[in-house]
Parts: sequence; C-alpha cells; structure tokens
Amino acid sequence: MNTILIEILGAIATILLAFTVGMLYGGARRKVIARIQNRVGPPIYQNFIDVVKLYSKETSIHHGWIQHMGPVFAITASITSLMFVPILTSGNWFSNLNFSGDLIFLIYMMVFGSLGMALGAGQTGNPNSAIGVSRGLSQMVGYEIPFVMSMVALMTQFHTTSITGMIELQAQSESWMMFSNPFAFIAAIMAMLGMFHYAPFDIVHAPAEVASGPVSEFGGKYLGMMMTSGSIFAFVKLTLFVDVFMGGASNLIELVIKTFALYMIPVLYGVINPRYRTEQAITYFWKWPAFFGLIGLVWAAFY
Amino acid sequence: MYNDKNAQTIVDYIKNFTRKNSLFMLAYGTGCGAIELPATLTSRYDAERLGVRGAATPRQADLLLITGYLSTKTLKRVIRVYEQMQDPKYVIGFGSCTINGGMYWDSYNTIKLLDKYIPVDVYINGCMPRPESVIEGFKELQRLIAAGKADGATKYKENLDWYRNNQKKVLKNWPLVEYNW
Repeated sequence: MNTILIEILGAIATILLAFTVGMLYGGARRKVIARIQNRVGPPIYQNFIDVVKLYSKETSIHHGWIQHMGPVFAITASITSLMFVPILTSGNWFSNLNFSGDLIFLIYMMVFGSLGMALGAGQTGNPNSAIGVSRGLSQMVGYEIPFVMSMVALMTQFHTTSITGMIELQAQSESWMMFSNPFAFIAAIMAMLGMFHYAPFDIVHAPAEVASGPVSEFGGKYLGMMMTSGSIFAFVKLTLFVDVFMGGASNLIELVIKTFALYMIPVLYGVINPRYRTEQAITYFWKWPAFFGLIGLVWAAFY
Repeated sequence: MYNDKNAQTIVDYIKNFTRKNSLFMLAYGTGCGAIELPATLTSRYDAERLGVRGAATPRQADLLLITGYLSTKTLKRVIRVYEQMQDPKYVIGFGSCTINGGMYWDSYNTIKLLDKYIPVDVYINGCMPRPESVIEGFKELQRLIAAGKADGATKYKENLDWYRNNQKKVLKNWPLVEYNW
C-alpha cells in the first residue's frame, strides 16, 4: 500500500518537475535568442504567464470530436514517455516503469504524440493544418532514421535494450557512451536538431508560411495543452539523451547542468540559421546524420 | 473594501495579470501602419519584453491590431477575423485612419470611425504613430486590462444588433453571420 502511494506521488512529482524544467528552458531559450539579437527579451518565467493565460481563455471551436482529442493524445504521449525515462540514477522519488525493453518501447512511444496531433489537426479542415501535418510527417521520416540507427548501434554494442542497464554499464566502465561510440552520438545529436522543431527545421510550425501549421485552428486551452505537452516532451528527450549518452545524473543539479548543455545545441544552432525548405530538411537528415549512424552501426558490430 | 462590488477577487487579479503580460498579437496589416510593426518588435524597441508577441492565426490571438485605413472590402474580412478570435479579445485602432478617416476622410469606400463596426479598446493616434507611441498604446491597454476595463468583447455581444446594423449599412448584399447568444 505504502509503496503504491509513494509511486503515485513520485509520478506526480516527476510530471511537475518535467513541466517546470521544460517551461523554464523554453523561457531561457527566448531570453538567449533575444540577447543574441541584441534585445532585452521577455523574463525567464514568461512561458508560465503565457500558459496560465491560455488556460484561462474561453475555447469555443468545434470541428468534430477527434479535434478535441488531438491535444489529449499529445499530452498523453508526453507523460507516458516521461514515465519510462529514468530521471535520476538514485533515490525513490523519481522512480519509473522500467522493463528490459524500454528503449525500443520509447522509440515507438515518442512518435505517438505527433501522430495523434496529426489526426486532430486533420479534422479541423484548415488547409494550413494539412500542409503542416504532411511536412511534419515527412520530417519525422527524415530524423527517425539516424535516431533509430544510433539507438540500434548502442543496443548491439552493449547487448542491452534497457535504459537503466545502459546507465549501469556506463557506471561500471567509467566511460560515457558518447565516447565509447562517438559516431552514434553525433548521429543522435543531429537527429535531435530535427526533433526539437527549432530553426532551421521549423518547417512544421513556420508562422510566415503555413500560419503555425497543425495548431493553426487550436486556440486557448488547446494551445495551452500543446505548450504543456511540448515542454514535458522537451524534458523527456533531453533526459533520454543524458541517460543514454552521458551516464545519467545522480542529483537534480547534475541533471539540470547536463540537460541544459544539451539543450543549447539545437537552440544555438537555430538562432544563426534561417529556415530550410521541406526537401532540404529531409535530405539533410539522409546525408551526414544517416552516414554517421551507419558508421556507428559498423563500429558497434566490430567493437 | 470587503463589500465593494467592483473590487477584483484574487482570481480576477491573477487572470488579469497574466492577460496583460501575455498579449498574442494579430496584426491586420493592410494599411501603411504595418511598416511600423517590424521596428516595434525587433532589436531597437523590443515589444517582446512586455510580453507582446505575434500570433499566426485569429484562433490563437488575444489582440487585433488594425493598422490604418479599412476599405469596405477589407472590413468584411476584419469582422470575420474578429469573430473568429476567442474571448477575451482586444482591439487596438492604429493611426488616424481608424479614428476619423485620416487622409481618406472624403473617400467613398473607406470607413471613417472603426468603433462603429467593431469595439475598439485603445486608439493610437498619429499618421503614422512611431514605435514609441505604439508601445505606449500597448501599455495603456495593459493598464485597462489590469483595471478590468478592457471589455470590448462583452460590449460587442451585448450590442450585437447595433454593430450588425452599422456593418450592414456599408456592406450591402453581403451575408453576415447571425448569432443567437
């Protein structure tokens, strides 16, 4: 009984932590972009203000019930994948639902939110939504290939499909996986640029081209749910990369330092780049990242 | 103080605080005033530090910015955009043209006073207003929101017949949506 209670409280604490950290990272991103453009920028807690305002808006748009389910799918996928990523290597509070094949499960689960959102956006009937969805799915085909290649390389090299198993292996060998298989790390980082949908890969939400794409018909509370889900999902991706490649984190400060350092890669790469066209984005992922993923696979086979 | 019916409750206070500090702006940029907006939003004047940022579609926007004159043809689209926005919503009339017609005061196909067709919360005068006055307009709107007085949307709902009559006077033979709130 007590253990179940602690598990549930721990899950709620995990969601709150992911939400807070993800929102603060979003605010930090806006601040960093503003400083690079020689502006003052909004305060770092601006995203919290935005999300509270969005939840307090009225929402009276109805296009069909799948449209109402779209943001729910997105937030469900974010929280489910959060439950399978180990937050800390020690301690009881941030426990999670581990099993021996959770990395494979995560690779599937991380796609589910975008697919649910695509369903919801499809029913709104807005042409911008349809274009945004087709762009997003094409881009997903682009970055999933190097990402899966690097994950498979790690799984074959270390003979485990469990994330906690990988953390233990890194602790035993006292070497991070970004050093024991550097090519897989490079491929995964380049795939991460596309996963975050920041410039130059923001072809899905391009406000000047397709009027924010899939979410163009979602206002008010739905936009707030999308923001919540996006910040939780950003935390999930960063924590997964830290767990798999950088040996996990034993306390929250270490986690924040490592994830923030990783987060700055797509942010800073995006600040100095304009937007790619759709076919440029896809060919980008199928050239160098896929090549590094292939080298990583060969490296893993002969390790 | 406790019996004052006009006093804001703590929930209203929090709501108004977030609303005034997070204005998603949809610029209806058919007039010449749209050229002042890039200067307002970029490095030199930086409206984002006040929480003002651009929204891509009417569904996501809180604030409709009418930048300059409206011909009767564009008025049709403005009414449609305004009615697509979600409550609470605010309108800023930008430049002299929205107040009295400005340099188009004797034109046969522009509207002269925007407030007769959609409710305007704040006017910014000038031809064109400089970015400083645009930011002052945003701040005035924030003051109104904080005091709970930016209620153009409720006015529009309550006096819909009056607004519809005014709209139909200039938009002849044009179907406008009828509501039964």
